[in-house]
Parts: sequence; C-alpha cells; structure tokens
Amino acid sequence: MDLQYFAELFLGGLTRGSIYALIALGYTMVYGIIELINFAHGEIYMIGAFTGLIVATVLTFAGFPTLAVLVLASVAAVVYSSCYGYTMEKIAYKPLRGAPRLSALISAIGMSLFLQNYVLLAQTSDFLPFPSLVPDLPFWEPYAHIISSQEIVIISVTALVMILLNLLIKFTRMGKAMRATSQDREMAMLTGVDVNRVISLTFIIGSATAALGAVLIASHIGQINFYVGFIAGIKAFVAAVLGGIGSVPGAVVGALVLGWTESFFTGYISSDYEDVFAFIFLVVILIFKPSGILGRSETQKV
Amino acid sequence: MLQIEDIKTYYGSIQALKGISLEISAGEIICLIGANGAGKSTTLMSICGVVPPRTGRIVFEGREIQHLPSNRIVELGIVQVPEGRRIFPYLTVAENLDMGAFLRRDKAAIEQDIDYIYELFPILAKRRHQAGGTLSGGEQQMLAISRALMARPRLLLLDEPSLGLAPLVVRQIFEIIAKINRENNTTIFLVEQNANLALQVAHRGYVMETGRITLSDSAAHLLANEDVKRAYLGI
Repeated sequence: MDLQYFAELFLGGLTRGSIYALIALGYTMVYGIIELINFAHGEIYMIGAFTGLIVATVLTFAGFPTLAVLVLASVAAVVYSSCYGYTMEKIAYKPLRGAPRLSALISAIGMSLFLQNYVLLAQTSDFLPFPSLVPDLPFWEPYAHIISSQEIVIISVTALVMILLNLLIKFTRMGKAMRATSQDREMAMLTGVDVNRVISLTFIIGSATAALGAVLIASHIGQINFYVGFIAGIKAFVAAVLGGIGSVPGAVVGALVLGWTESFFTGYISSDYEDVFAFIFLVVILIFKPSGILGRSETQKV
Repeated sequence: MLQIEDIKTYYGSIQALKGISLEISAGEIICLIGANGAGKSTTLMSICGVVPPRTGRIVFEGREIQHLPSNRIVELGIVQVPEGRRIFPYLTVAENLDMGAFLRRDKAAIEQDIDYIYELFPILAKRRHQAGGTLSGGEQQMLAISRALMARPRLLLLDEPSLGLAPLVVRQIFEIIAKINRENNTTIFLVEQNANLALQVAHRGYVMETGRITLSDSAAHLLANEDVKRAYLGI
C-alpha cells in the first residue's frame, strides 16, 4: 500500500469534511432549535459564494493584496449571508411557527427555489471562474506535495470556527439559552429567554459559517454557479443526519466521516460513483443507528 | 397584586378557559383545585404569556400584562414551576439553576442565592455537575422549585408540585413552599389535584370546573364544604 497516496486521500477527505461541517452546522443548529430542516440553507451558502466572488473581483481590480481580498471577501460574504438567513427566518418560517411542521418544510423548499432562480436571473446560469484567494504559504513549501496551502487554510479555519462555536455554546449566557431552548422551548420561555432572539441568532450563526465555507471552497475549486448550493446543501444535510441531526459535535463527526468515505472510495475504487458511496453509507448508518452517530434517541416526555 | 378579569383562552378553536376571574394579594398562598382538564394549567400558562388569553385582562401590580411576551412577564417577577417539572435534561444541575437566573445581572447576589439553594436542598449541591435528566423525580421537583427561586420571584406559580412523588417527598416539598412564603414573603399561586394537602397550606382557594371558577372561599371553609369534600377530598 502506498502510504503517501493514503495520506493524500486522508487529507483530501479532511478538507472535504471541513467544508461539509461548516455547512452542516446550519442544518443541525436550526433543527435543534425549531425542528425544521431548512432546505434553503444551501442557497445561503451559494449567496455567500456569489458575494465573495463579487467583492473579491472588485477588490482585486482595485489592487488589494490577495490576503486582504480573501479576508474582506469572507467578511462580506459572512455579513451578507447572515442578513439573508435572518430575513429568511422572519419571512418564511416565523409566521408558520404554530403551523404543522410540513408547512414550514414546504415554505423552506419554496425559499430554496426562489433564491436559486433569483440568483439565476440576477447573475447568470453559466459557471463563473472564482479567483484563487489563498496565497501559497512559503513555510509550507516542503509539504505542499501532500497537502496544499489552500487545504491547510480550509482545515485550520474550520477547526478555529468549531472551537469558537463550542466555547460560545458551552460557556456564554446566550449559548446556555440556545441549549435550553433546544431541549424545551416552552420552559426556556418561562425562565425569561427571548426565544425569537435565540432563533434569529441560530440562523445568523448557521448562515455565517456556511458563507465562510462557501468562499473557502469556491476559491479552492475555482468556479461557482447558481446551483452549487443545492449539491453542497444535500451533502451537508447528509453529514448532519449521519452525525445525528440536532447535535453540533454530531454534525462535525458526520461531516468528517462523509468526507473520508467519499475520498477513500473514490481514491481506491472509482471516482464515477462518488455520490453513490456517500448515500449508501448514509443508508447503512441509518439502518443500524437511526438517530445518527452522536444523535440522542427521542425520549417520550411523560 | 394580581387580578385576572374574565380571561378566555383558546387552543386553536378549542376554548380552554371560559371566562376566569380571580385575585391574589401580596403575601398570600392561593390554591386552585379542580379535576383533570378543568383548565388549571392553562390558567397558569395564560398568566405567563405562553398561551395568551384571547380576551380579558390580567393586571399585575396595576399593569396590564396579557399582551406582554413571556420573557417580559418573567422580568416583572412572575415565575412558574410548570407541571412535570420540565428540567432541562442535558444541562447540569448548576446550569439549570443558572437558567433560572437568566434575566439577572447581579453576579454576587446570584452566588448567594445558589448557596442558599444548596443549603435548602443539600442533595442538589451533591449533584451539581450531574445532568438534570439523571435526577430522581423528587430531586427534579426540588431543582424545578430552586430554578424558579433563582429568578427571585415576587409571584411564584406552582403547577402540581406533588405529582408522581412519594408521600414523604411531597410533605417535604410542601414544607419548603410554606417556608418560602413565610421567610421571603413570596406570594404563591398553587395548582393542585391533591386538594387536601393544598388547602392545608393555602390561605384561600378557588375551585375550577371545565374552564370556569365555580367556588372561592377561605381554605378552612373549602375544607369544610360538603361539595368540595365529596368531589375533591374523597371523603
């Protein structure tokens, strides 16, 4: 067995998994708080990628250095996507809070189609080239044949985001309120938590991490179109379900497992069936552990 | 302190409260008794703004609160211990208590209150790093009451605190309720199916039947009332 080939696949899977994790967070957190599968989440990611592209193009044209372009484009994408996530919840989900869950789900699918077509009309249906924004790190040169600077940046940024998010959820007042709300929304209200604020914050955080992932991966792959959100969204959704939807660590674990599965199967077997492997794996996990890898089985309240 | 005037509350198209009026003065322990499904819990949820009434007024210390969101009502000092305890199962005991003090910013006083709680219920101190869901029923009820006390309530609403607990634990819980009322001068509104016990600690009581108040009197009179005896005291 070729060890270097294995290492390449391992690190490639880690990179993929990192991106899935950044997107899967939005699915799992929103599900944890309001039990809605936000099918429009992939579109928030796509809007992040487009925002990043527009800002990066303008800034590059204005002569900013690459690193500054990367940071500013990421910030712009994060802010713009967060606004979309926040507004989307207010328009499409909040009015349906008391309605059956199916209504909100249909509303989410509608939102997804609307945003896709909106970007299709406002921008273009063609693939647009996305500039490579991550500069080659000079000190990384000796290892660049195993893992590129691009990939190392993606992995580190994801790790940093996960650590920060974990600290936020574990130790801050708002984080505690989020956990309480996801465990018992009515009781959280009775302790004085403003549940609307918690829900808004959840959408903002999920949108922000998705947008960050969008800029990083678009810069890595080099092209985007209005449809990228759908595919990335489905994969991240699979990752969230795999890990146990509603669980934040679960989303990360599910994303990494999915990333590695895809990477190893395509590397050792065939790259033609990349998506098939991912979904076969999902089916197998769900047969043996329906609540996902780290998911909690629903306990009936008495 | 609290006046409820003719509130009507609905779940969708089903009317749960058909015009409830009652009054609670500062420092009192008031109990509300009635059968299953009479609307006792709905009354509490209406006061707290979780299921707001469609018509009628709820006045707390001269201020209408029926339109306020639940977090504003908690801020005014109305705190509920809901039926079934509703402990956050995956938060630790200490975190559950922190959630009780969610709206407070006075860190030093919060620390003091936590010490007071651990003195009141030493078992909670022992279990402070344990997840709330792993506690026994009695311990959960202690934690639920403690969590409510952490908000420093002026009016404490208790929904079926005796439900599903061993008689010895029930007695202990009721002693604590009387103590809270005596020592902190906290006004208490108690909803109970165990009418006998509730009427022993309460000053006054209301009897509720299918969405209406049918009787209101002092606790002693209610205990002696023939209809109440037959229907709720099992004598």
